[in-house]
Amino acid sequence: MFKKEIHPGPKQKLKSSIQRSLRANFVETYPLVTPFIDDIMPKKASLEQMKLPDRVSLYVQDGIPLFFQHDNDALLPHLRLVHRFPQCFPTIRIDRGAIRFVLSGATLMAPGLTSPGGRLPRPDAREGKETLGEGAPNEGVDEDGRWSRELEKGEPVVVMAEGKEEACAVGVLAMGTKECKEKGKGPVIEEAHFLGDGLWRLNVD
Amino acid sequence: MAESSTTNQGRVVVYCGVCKLPPEYCEYGGTTKKCQEWLSKNHSSLYERIWSVEALEAATASLSVEAQERAAKDAKKKAAKAEAAEQKQAEKLSNSVVTIKRIERNKRKYVTSVSGLEAFGLDLKKVAKDFGKKFATGSSVTKVPSGGEEIVVQGDVSDEIEEFLLEKYKEIPEDNIELVEDKKKKGSAAG
Repeated sequence: MFKKEIHPGPKQKLKSSIQRSLRANFVETYPLVTPFIDDIMPKKASLEQMKLPDRVSLYVQDGIPLFFQHDNDALLPHLRLVHRFPQCFPTIRIDRGAIRFVLSGATLMAPGLTSPGGRLPRPDAREGKETLGEGAPNEGVDEDGRWSRELEKGEPVVVMAEGKEEACAVGVLAMGTKECKEKGKGPVIEEAHFLGDGLWRLNVD
Repeated sequence: MAESSTTNQGRVVVYCGVCKLPPEYCEYGGTTKKCQEWLSKNHSSLYERIWSVEALEAATASLSVEAQERAAKDAKKKAAKAEAAEQKQAEKLSNSVVTIKRIERNKRKYVTSVSGLEAFGLDLKKVAKDFGKKFATGSSVTKVPSGGEEIVVQGDVSDEIEEFLLEKYKEIPEDNIELVEDKKKKGSAAG
């Protein structure tokens, strides 16, 4: 989506009603952010919208990019936000060999996830674990880096990488994680926002 | 991360000053050497963690020999590419000239046009605004017939602009600024 360099466009302040609906939308898409939403989007701060090429809008608050949206698709968090609140987003992990391809904008393929270095979700009861806070569903990452719930096709997901602490990409699943485990091949995330792409380097000030 | 802390604004992640990626990912940025230098200077503890021999060994151990070779080759190519691009950029910089031109508009009235700033990665609109503020005159970005844009400042401020540029935008070397005086055709000026 953002392989090419993007030039910053003019920013527009958003109406507070739109801010409210965006906020509700964001919490709905990512129930795990509920305990943190006031830190991410303080009620007082004003949100700005920047229109980018290909009908993408980026939402910026106080010079910090929060999330972006293509048309009316799902809101996707900007990687800087993911780095700040990594526990709030469902994750999958790719093996080391796949990192360099993902970071140059390639489609994420299933073998990078099914190999020993990759991590796909492993549903379990997640008993005895605490939720992140009030209102957040009881799901999260186990010690091994596996998410506790199978993710469906079309769900936004954060891509972690083997041996790294920070996330390296964000995208929408083109294949459910269950299917991915069964098939073991084919594209999993087609267009993603990855570290070092145009959106990452975009100057929002 | 060793140097990330938790606030109510979430974790604070250090980003590399050279390639702007989290330092863990510098190896994919193409400017690995510079990133290493930067990190060892600014965040030595992180540097130790990421680039220590053990860490590198652990990282490559999980890959097959063939994949390792491929990755190394790829990294080399990328580095070479980045280096070449940088060199080209530097060359372009040293060759590009900022021209400050004094144009006679009326007998004793002048405008000053500045061209060539965009080669130094400056935003003409912003610079024009700065000029206007500094000299308290009109200052605008106009298109030139040959393509491209230049800044036109009202009044004869060519010397001041040179000083101002040198002071404010250190990336422009003094030798690359050229002052030109452009008189209108003698006939029309007299008439």
